[in-house]
Amino acid sequence: MMHGPVATIRAEAIARAEAAAERADTARRRADWLTHAVLILGVALFALPIWIVLMGSTHDVATVSRGEVPLLPGPYAVENYAAAWTEGSARTTRVPVSAMMLNSFVMAMLIAVGKIAISILSAYAVVFFSFPGRLLAFWAIFITLMLPVEVRIFPTFQVVSDLGLVNTYTGLILPLIASATATLLFRQFFLTIPDELVEAAKMDGAGPLRFFKDVVLPLSTTNIAALFVILFVYGWNQYLWPLLITTSADVETIVIGIVKMIGAEADTEWNRVMATTVLALLPPVAVVILMQRWFVKGLVETEK
Amino acid sequence: MRKKVIFPQVGLPYLLLLPQLAITFVFFFLPAGQAIWFSFLRQDAFGIRTEFVGLENFVELFQDPLYLDSVWITLVFSFWVTALAMSVALGLAVLADRHIRGATAYKTLLIWPYAIAPAVAAVLWIFIFHPQIGLLGKFLNGIGVRWDYKLNGTQALITVIVASAWKQVSYNFLFFLAGLQSIPRSVLEAAAIDGASPARRFWTVVFPLLSPTTFFLLVINLTYAFFDTFGVIDALTKGGPAKATSTLIYRAYIDGRVNLDLGSSSAQSVVLMLAVIALTAVQFRFIERKVHY
Amino acid sequence: MATLTVHGVPKSFGKVAVLHGIDLSVADGEMIVIVGASGCGKSTLLRIVAGLETATEGRIVISGADVTRLEPAERDIAMVFQNYALYPHMSVFENMSYGLRIRGVPKPEIARRVQQAAEMLGLGALLQRRPRELSGGQRQRVAMGRAIVREPKLFLFDEPLSNLDAKLRVAMRAEIKRLQRRLGVTSLFVTHDQVEAMTLGDRLVVMNQGRAAQVATPMEIFARPADTYVAGFIGSPAMNFLPATLTEGGLGARIADGPVIRFADGPRPGMAGRALTLGIRPEHFALGGPLPLTPDLIEPLGSETVVHGRLPSGQEVTLRLAGMPASLGTLEIGIRAEHLHVFDGETGLRMDAQPAAALTPAWQGG
Repeated sequence: MMHGPVATIRAEAIARAEAAAERADTARRRADWLTHAVLILGVALFALPIWIVLMGSTHDVATVSRGEVPLLPGPYAVENYAAAWTEGSARTTRVPVSAMMLNSFVMAMLIAVGKIAISILSAYAVVFFSFPGRLLAFWAIFITLMLPVEVRIFPTFQVVSDLGLVNTYTGLILPLIASATATLLFRQFFLTIPDELVEAAKMDGAGPLRFFKDVVLPLSTTNIAALFVILFVYGWNQYLWPLLITTSADVETIVIGIVKMIGAEADTEWNRVMATTVLALLPPVAVVILMQRWFVKGLVETEK
Repeated sequence: MRKKVIFPQVGLPYLLLLPQLAITFVFFFLPAGQAIWFSFLRQDAFGIRTEFVGLENFVELFQDPLYLDSVWITLVFSFWVTALAMSVALGLAVLADRHIRGATAYKTLLIWPYAIAPAVAAVLWIFIFHPQIGLLGKFLNGIGVRWDYKLNGTQALITVIVASAWKQVSYNFLFFLAGLQSIPRSVLEAAAIDGASPARRFWTVVFPLLSPTTFFLLVINLTYAFFDTFGVIDALTKGGPAKATSTLIYRAYIDGRVNLDLGSSSAQSVVLMLAVIALTAVQFRFIERKVHY
Repeated sequence: MATLTVHGVPKSFGKVAVLHGIDLSVADGEMIVIVGASGCGKSTLLRIVAGLETATEGRIVISGADVTRLEPAERDIAMVFQNYALYPHMSVFENMSYGLRIRGVPKPEIARRVQQAAEMLGLGALLQRRPRELSGGQRQRVAMGRAIVREPKLFLFDEPLSNLDAKLRVAMRAEIKRLQRRLGVTSLFVTHDQVEAMTLGDRLVVMNQGRAAQVATPMEIFARPADTYVAGFIGSPAMNFLPATLTEGGLGARIADGPVIRFADGPRPGMAGRALTLGIRPEHFALGGPLPLTPDLIEPLGSETVVHGRLPSGQEVTLRLAGMPASLGTLEIGIRAEHLHVFDGETGLRMDAQPAAALTPAWQGG
């Protein structure tokens, strides 16, 4: 048997420790709960503008124009979306959303694919070859990082219009392709390909094009996917450049179209604007969420 | 850095570089060079005669009180967009980084605004801020606050700041979260064993370790606020009322597109270029420093 | 069947010379191991033979044909890399057959060769796997398989075992040796590991600072190292080096601050007092002798004991003794003179005993 007092002291110590542990547990639970609450609030706040537009797009124009700001779905969803899709805004622009969506899609795809294509080729040249002017070429590309298209927008417009490319896909897309981010990402990735792999391919008799096709391209798929998401979103969301370069409805993009749809507010068919907004943000949001894994990786790595 | 293993072919690399170099030359160097050249020229009213005027376009620009207003508006606007977008994102990232259940779900729910175009974001916020059909705008007018961002310059600025910051939060959130997750657990545990309280741990350990990310985001957010917010402003306020939201990029657009003032708009382009180059230079210096970490 | 000759190959990277004119001649079916510390130029030599580096001058000849200007793929050689360099997105089968496919070998022939190599290496069941689904040893085998299916004139191994854990390394070492014997392919094998070198090579090239310090069979190198570098590099624990001076008549050496050791095999040339370095392997000491050793660390290994200690001069000495010494105090040790290596104190080159007739020092006679 233990001594009485010692046993008591020990029991007290144990009880104290248990109480402290319980307090810590409670505190942790409370903190977790609080964390969830704040995050849910944040998410809700983030989603609120979208929610309002999503709900508004299912009501008739009078409800929205009266300023009722519906927070629950109404009965006009099919009608509004169908009207927007086939007709656009009846009182203002009258360009069907489907046509503008197609333009946006073509632009986003061509920008993404074009930029990836020219970047992967030039990065391959810069990393895997040694030739006079290599450094110069690299810097010529690298320096484009310094000036986003918005900064040089008017001079670029001048050049494009001199070339007669206003209101063409070519004029819309090519200037947006001239940028270094994708080239730098590929270069970064190519530098991590072990030298031995290139040597093994040389031993196996693969020339540079064969090595590119059989090894570099398959190994780059993750990077290509990541860049695709970023560039598709970038292309889809262009505003200033298309605003300048497109004056005809034939090449008008959805992002421009929405703003034009609002026009003079007295006439605005807000419910169709809302439906169009939902349609306009659906493709890039879908691409980001569906390809989230590559997208996050790509984003963080492009900016390194 | 470069590889030691290379292919010996001589012509091929030029062929591979050709598309990008051609596009870069035609749509980057040519316009940038022209902008610089035109910024020293002035056309007469009929666009017939062009004369070299040296720095006169720049002098005129910086003597124009409206232009200086634009500079000030741009600074105020950029400061608030950056401060809002970064602080909210940091707060959310710190919470999401706590090892709670559903952290990935929150991440998914917070990143999608990245995909929304600035102009579309602006349209979304119309339905919050519009004095008649907007949730908040209508409410404010209902309780007696006179709210109309189309008439009140301050309110217009608040509106474009909130809409611009909203869109940028998810981008910042992603980077802050990545930065937080790259902080080694052991460092935090060591701080906890040293007895630092959670708040103290954050300000003395986490925040300093996060400073590369913070600094990087600072530059990115400023660049975003300078240029990418054109769509927000054009869709919400068109630079108004009374030029209250006319930032430098918006003004450059109006002068070039509407006023067709080639010399002045070129000079404005050059000023913007210098601003970006300065920002980028700061960023590069920082990247250099990062190497020493 | 192939022979390899390397004629006077130097190599510099910028101003730094990493190889100083190497000459080497490899017989058909021979396994040559190139061994040396990191930075000695051994990998560069291998890569020049492979065609991955271009030699500054000199010639590489494979089976009589000058390949110096040829691309690696045209040299009919195969290489196994340190990190295996498997194509991560290809299956084992695709990895092994890639070189054959590029060369346009007919499909049935490819299948036959890959199958054969896979069986030889025990990879038969793994042909559809990706490299990341394989263990280190299996990857190593795939890398070997890729070389084997090519049926090349020459195998090149660039430290292929250094990424494996110790146990696997021993097993793979034996396997490589068996395979090479069986296939009879002339091989160059680069390693920094002296045990690998001793066990694998028909002959070794010990490299030091861009020069071949010695080219000989493993036993020759162990028994008669050409200089102090080779002597210190091969053997574990490393050979002890004691500074000494030549005694009158070249018949013995006086260890610094110590006794005179009489050479067992004959006199060395030179004047009395010539600076020498005596080399003695740890296992070639004997208990009972004129040297008092103060042990400062004793490592019992079971069947033997390694003793680290100091002589009165402060010279550090390592001994390997059978069993365990009876006392742990100061040990009286002696040198078994028949195992003594004598090196020139200045150049570090080996000095062999001279026949008694020719006592005139070569370096004086010119």
